[in-house]
Amino acid sequence: MSTVAANAPGAAGGGLQDVAASEASLRRFLHGLPGVDAVGLEARAASLGTRSIKTTAKAYAIDLAISMIDLTTLEGADTVGKVRALCTKARNPDPSDPSAPRVAAICVYPDMVATAKAALEGTAIQVASVATAFPAGRAALPVKLADVADAVAAGADEIDMVIDRGAFLSGRYLSVFEEITAVKEACRRPDGTYAHLKVIFETGELQTYDNVRRASWLAMLAGADFIKTSTGKVAVNATPPVTLLMLEAVRDFKAQTGIQIGVKPAGGIKTTKDAMKYLVMVNETLGDDWLSPEWFRFGASSLLNDLLMQRQKLTTGRYSGPDYVTVD
Amino acid sequence: MAKTNKKAEEQPVQPVQPVRKTGLFEYAPAPESPAAAGDIATSYGHFIGGEFVDSSGSEALKTVNPATEQVLAEFAQGTEQDVDRAVAAARKAFTDWSALPGSERAKYLFRIARIMQERSRELAVLESIDNGKPIRESRDFDVPTAISYFFYYAGWADKLDYAGYGANPRPLGVAGQVIPWNFPLMMLAWKIAPALATGNTVVLKPAETTPLTALRFAEICRQAGLPKGVVNIVTGDGRTGAALTAHPDVNKVAFTGSTPVGRSIAKQIAGTRKKLSLELGGKAANIVFDDAPIDQAVEGIVNGIFFNQGHVCCAGSRLLVQESIQDELLDALKRRMGTLRLGDPLDKNTDIGAINSAAQLARITELTAIGEAEGAERWAPECELPGAGYWFRPTLFTGVSQAHRIARDEVFGPVLSVLTFRTPTEAVEKANNTPFGLSAGVWTEKGSRILWMANQLKAGVVWANTFNKFDPTSPFGGYKESGYGREGGRHGLEAYLDV
Repeated sequence: MSTVAANAPGAAGGGLQDVAASEASLRRFLHGLPGVDAVGLEARAASLGTRSIKTTAKAYAIDLAISMIDLTTLEGADTVGKVRALCTKARNPDPSDPSAPRVAAICVYPDMVATAKAALEGTAIQVASVATAFPAGRAALPVKLADVADAVAAGADEIDMVIDRGAFLSGRYLSVFEEITAVKEACRRPDGTYAHLKVIFETGELQTYDNVRRASWLAMLAGADFIKTSTGKVAVNATPPVTLLMLEAVRDFKAQTGIQIGVKPAGGIKTTKDAMKYLVMVNETLGDDWLSPEWFRFGASSLLNDLLMQRQKLTTGRYSGPDYVTVD
Repeated sequence: MAKTNKKAEEQPVQPVQPVRKTGLFEYAPAPESPAAAGDIATSYGHFIGGEFVDSSGSEALKTVNPATEQVLAEFAQGTEQDVDRAVAAARKAFTDWSALPGSERAKYLFRIARIMQERSRELAVLESIDNGKPIRESRDFDVPTAISYFFYYAGWADKLDYAGYGANPRPLGVAGQVIPWNFPLMMLAWKIAPALATGNTVVLKPAETTPLTALRFAEICRQAGLPKGVVNIVTGDGRTGAALTAHPDVNKVAFTGSTPVGRSIAKQIAGTRKKLSLELGGKAANIVFDDAPIDQAVEGIVNGIFFNQGHVCCAGSRLLVQESIQDELLDALKRRMGTLRLGDPLDKNTDIGAINSAAQLARITELTAIGEAEGAERWAPECELPGAGYWFRPTLFTGVSQAHRIARDEVFGPVLSVLTFRTPTEAVEKANNTPFGLSAGVWTEKGSRILWMANQLKAGVVWANTFNKFDPTSPFGGYKESGYGREGGRHGLEAYLDV
């Protein structure tokens, strides 16, 4: 996987170079984006949710979904032992079936990065770390940057940052923009490569779809490699309409700049059926280019076991149960 | 802004349009079982006086599955004697039915609605087989909407005193109803539910290409214990329809179908005391302003014209797009049209099913050929058409002007004509410049403009930031050559009351 900064800050061409030249120009640009009709967006997401994914298509989608998971533990109670156990599960999700694919990444707090990195040595599984005073992001910029630098120094391949929702909601877009570019710089390693930057919007706090579209463009312009819905720590996390809207944003951004950005819905995606709906949205909005762990991820924990149970059902023809998959 | 690196300066300013590549995630076939449609008899008679009876004539018609061209069943070509018998049965039933308290009539309607819910899968599959529409639509739209009209009008049956027509409004008598093939069961519900709620009895003639769900509905009437003769179904083609609308003992004629037929019915019954409601053709404008929510507008355009293969009288067949966003919108529309899945109507992932009949396919083919000959530019996404059956690719015409026939004639197929406008006034002028006036759509984020447009547009329904949405509480009907009278809502009661 590429650790080079694919979306360098300000790299966006397509006439977008000067968008963030000032607070006024950035606001003008973001508020000039087409509006989102909430009823229509939700209807489209619901309609894609009725696709019927069977047999070979289901087998493909289950394996793809497993390979796209950022297997996550973000608890105050996390210990070295817990993180190691999760890493073992990431390497070998289904002990009864070695053909089950590995997950894309392990997602932990910065202080667990070194543990995860060591436990995953020799695999292609990435270590993602949340940072920037996750989940609220309520800390001074130098503290956030130190948080990021610490995770990167410990070996994090990917950084999941949160935006300053307070600044965004009060209309200080340039402040959010500059914070993202600063974090991007903090993702730089001594050898000049970058940790992959995922930017979390906490869409449950941004509330409106118009805000989600603006936040998406703002983050992409500022150098995000991935845009991510949620922390998983608030009442409303990833939803199909919000994710569909972000898929449309990365589609439009690529059409305008040629730069491809990834999308990660996180929080609340618990069942195979849910995961199928998201993959259908990716397939019908973006197509093959995004159908890989490089460009689409699920931030999830319990989802993996449901996928594994459905996978066992497809291969054996029998439903298993929660005792036939491992708790961690 | 942060440094612009060299790479950025070399970026082309021209937008890069990525081609949406697909192939990794192909949906496996997910077919609904044809057996779920229940038993289809090899031949059908009429449903008169609560019994399935043979026709007095010997002529039989065939209904085919338009996706396979296989014959599904034979059914009777109703004769004048058949119609006479059905009207007599309805007349006989009228005395008792109209004398029932509204609350008792409501019980029957509620019962019919509930049985339809229980048998919804069967009805959906049968509808898709007979009509060619995707199961996704018959399952998620046609059948639930049809049921909702029965529930809605069941609720009115004992509240007619409060409908705004004075105390104790009286029914008309026997209603002769002729319905089209595009939404067979839903059109039946739109006609029968208000007629029965208000105390009328009915003789209904379904279209000659789609009689099966009406005949199945007759079974449901029996299952619900509906008194004999309250609902009668007589099948056949236009000759049967003409015999029904001309019958001297019919008090009310309700017709949904083409404008030429509607005109002939209006002539036929002029000077009689029959009450008439007509829901005819349309050539709706779907108007997209430059401040529209683009992604949702594209969905609305697709839903407006490709829903039900474009066999929709209120289809948004003329796209009026503001010139300043024409290119952007058309790119997005073409990209979206490329994802439409055409094929087996019974596959749960099919978006576009079969054209209802060979005759309709011929008409669509002819009108699109004229469009090309007149100089409009034709575009359709690449997609394979099945070997047997009647199919037509979702098609777009650009460079269309008001003078082109594809901008004026009702195609009644998956064919969209794109025109442009510069100002709101021009949009209104072009939208209204049609003999029809059934529906229109307006796409803008500006609320005041929506209200202004709705006042200017001469159309029975104006959808704002949506299209092809139906609800039993909302009246539906046309201006000008799109007909008169309203169906649905409180207004829909008036067509069946002596007021």
